[in-house]
Amino acid sequence: MSVLVDEDTRVVVQGITGGEGKFHTEQMLEYGTDVVAGAVPGKGGQEVAGVPVYDTVSRAAREEDADASVLFVPPAFAADALFEALDAPLDLVVAITEGIPTQDMSRVYRRQQETDTYLVGPNCPGVITPGEAKLGILPGNIFSGGSVGLISRSGTLTYQVVDNLTERGLGQSTAIGIGGDPIIGTDFIDALELFNADSETDAVVMCGEIGGEDEEDAAAYIDQHVDTPVVGFIAGRTAPPGKRMGHAGAIVSGSGTGTAESKINALEAAGVPVGDTPEEVADNVSDLL
Amino acid sequence: MRLHEYQAKEVFAEAGIPVPDAELARTVEEAVAAAEEIGYPVAIKAQVHVGGRGKAGGIELVENETEAREAADRILGMDLKGFHVDRVLVEDAVNFVNEVYVGVTMDRGVGRPVAMVSSRGGVNIEEVAEEDPDAIAREHIDPAFGMHDFQARKAVYDAGLDRDVAGDVASILTTLYDLWEERDGADAEINPLMVTADDEVIAADAVFNIDGDALFRQPDLAELEDEAAEDDLEAKANEYGFDYVRLDGNVGIIGNGAGLVMTTLDLVDYYGGAPANFLDIGGGAKAERVANALDMVFSDENVDAVVFNIFGGITRGDEVANGINSALEQFDDIPKPVIVRLAGTKAEEGMEILNTDLVQVEATLEDAVQAAVAAAEEVDS
Repeated sequence: MSVLVDEDTRVVVQGITGGEGKFHTEQMLEYGTDVVAGAVPGKGGQEVAGVPVYDTVSRAAREEDADASVLFVPPAFAADALFEALDAPLDLVVAITEGIPTQDMSRVYRRQQETDTYLVGPNCPGVITPGEAKLGILPGNIFSGGSVGLISRSGTLTYQVVDNLTERGLGQSTAIGIGGDPIIGTDFIDALELFNADSETDAVVMCGEIGGEDEEDAAAYIDQHVDTPVVGFIAGRTAPPGKRMGHAGAIVSGSGTGTAESKINALEAAGVPVGDTPEEVADNVSDLL
Repeated sequence: MRLHEYQAKEVFAEAGIPVPDAELARTVEEAVAAAEEIGYPVAIKAQVHVGGRGKAGGIELVENETEAREAADRILGMDLKGFHVDRVLVEDAVNFVNEVYVGVTMDRGVGRPVAMVSSRGGVNIEEVAEEDPDAIAREHIDPAFGMHDFQARKAVYDAGLDRDVAGDVASILTTLYDLWEERDGADAEINPLMVTADDEVIAADAVFNIDGDALFRQPDLAELEDEAAEDDLEAKANEYGFDYVRLDGNVGIIGNGAGLVMTTLDLVDYYGGAPANFLDIGGGAKAERVANALDMVFSDENVDAVVFNIFGGITRGDEVANGINSALEQFDDIPKPVIVRLAGTKAEEGMEILNTDLVQVEATLEDAVQAAVAAAEEVDS
C-alpha cells in the first residue's frame, strides 16, 4: 500500500502545453504514471505526448475519469487553476508552481478546506509512490519501493535523504514534497495522519526547515496520535533572522520564532530523533527498522 | 519587498490615513529648508530598512535651525546597523498624549490574515507580544469576505482603547486592511498611531512590506524597490537571479534547492567551519549560471574555500561538471580552492568529467563539507 497516489491514480496535467508541463508529462509517463489528460484553456483538442488536451479541468476529469491533477501553471494564473481543480472535483491536486502570491494561497487554502480534496504544495516537487506513479518533478530513478514514508518541505533535500536511505537498502512507501511556501495545503500533520494509517509504512522521515511553527505542531501531534516511528531532520540551523533562505516560507522572524532550535527541541521532546546530518537520519531509520 | 517609511506614508495618506506634514531631504540644505517650511519642532528621521532606528541614533527631534542643521549633518551619511543613510524624512513633530498600535499581517499558521490592535504602541510590538500576549487584540479575517466593519470595532474595543478615539482607530484599521489586501501587503503596520490631546489620531510611523511574489501585479510598488540600500553582493545576486544570503564565515557555498543548500551551511557549521553565504543556483545549472555563481562567491573577500554541492534530479551531473570545468578554465589561477560533490542524475559521469587539476572531488556531502572546512582553515592560517 501507499498514500495519496498509486498505480490506479488517473492524472490531469494542468499547463501541459508549457515547456515544463510537456517535459514532465513525458517524464511521468515514462515512469509509468497514468497521465490521462491535459487541461489548458483554449488548447482543447490538441495532444501532448499522446495525451488528449481539454479546455477545462472538469471536462478532462469527466471524459477521462481522472481523480488527480498536477499543476505546472505560471504563478499569475495558478490560483485560478487551483480553484478550478478544487471545483472539478478531484481527490488530489499537486501544485508544483513556485512564486504564487501568498494572499492568493490564503484564498485557495480557505476554499480547499471546504472540500475533500488533498492539496499538496505549492512550491513542491510532488508525490511519488516508487514503482507505481509520480505526480511532479521528482527524479524517479533515485527512489525504490519499501516501507519508509517521507514528508519534506524541500525537493533536493528529499533526494539527498532518499539517496542515504537507498544506500542502506531502505526503500520508500510514498514520498510527499509538501512545499516550501508559507501557506501550503497538506502539512506535516495531514501527511503523518496518512502514513500512520498506512499498513505498509513502518517508519516516517520528516524533513522540516526554519520558518513557521508546523514542525512544532507536528511534534505535538506525533506525541498524541502517531504510533509509527518518526525520524526528523531540520534545515536552517545557521540561518540568520529576517532573511529568506530561498523558499518563501523559510525565514526566522525578527522576534525569533521559526528557529531550527525550537523545532528540534519540540521534536526531540516528542521522542523523535533529529539527525545532525542526512546520513544520521538514515542511520536513525535503520536503527528503528 | 520593503517600502521606506516615507514611501509607506505616501501610500497610506493617499488612502486617507492621516500622516504628519513631512518632506524628504537628501542634503543638509534640503533638510533645513523643509524644517523651516514645516515649522519647528520637527523630527529628522533616517530612511533605512532598520528596526529600532531611534535607539540607534537615526531619529532626532529638533527645535530650531541650528539643531536641524546639526542633526541632518550627523544623520545623512551615517552608518545605521550596516546601512548607509542617504535620505531623511523631515516631519512635523506630533504632540501626543497616547500611542497605539495597529497592524495587519498573514498568520501563516492558520493561513489567514490577522488584524491587530494594541493600546501599547510606540514600543517594539514583538516584545509586547512576548511579555504580555493579551495586550494585543487579534482578529483573524476570512479572505473570502475581507474584514467586516464589526471586526475592526471588535479589535479596537478588545484592545481597550479609549471610546473617544475608537471610531477613528477602527476606521484606520479598516483602511489599512483594504490597502494590505489591494496592494498585496505582507505586513502593514502603524506604530505608533499617535493620539493628540484633542483626540486626533495620526500615523507617526509606517511599515508596509509587499509580497515579492506579487510585484508582477503591483507595478508602481515594484518601481520603488530600493536597490541602493542592499549589500553589493546581494544586488549582484538579484541581477544573476540567484537566491543569495550573505553570512560572515569563510566557507563559500553553492548548491541547488533551498533545503539542501541550508543543510550544506549547517554541515559546514557542524564540522567546525563557518558558512560565508547561502547561494541557491536553482534547477538546470548550465555553464553560464555555474560561472556566475562562482563569480559571486569568489568576489566575496571573506571566502577562503568553496563547496559546490549539487544533487541532480532534473539537473544532470554531466552538464554541471562541464559547466564547472569551463567556468574554472577561464582563470589562469583559481582564486580559491573549490571542492565539488555531485549526486543524482548522471553524477558518476559528471565526476569523471570534472577536471581534478581545477577542483577537488568528494563522493559524499559530508566528505565534501569537511574537505572545504579544512581547506578554508589552511588558507586562513
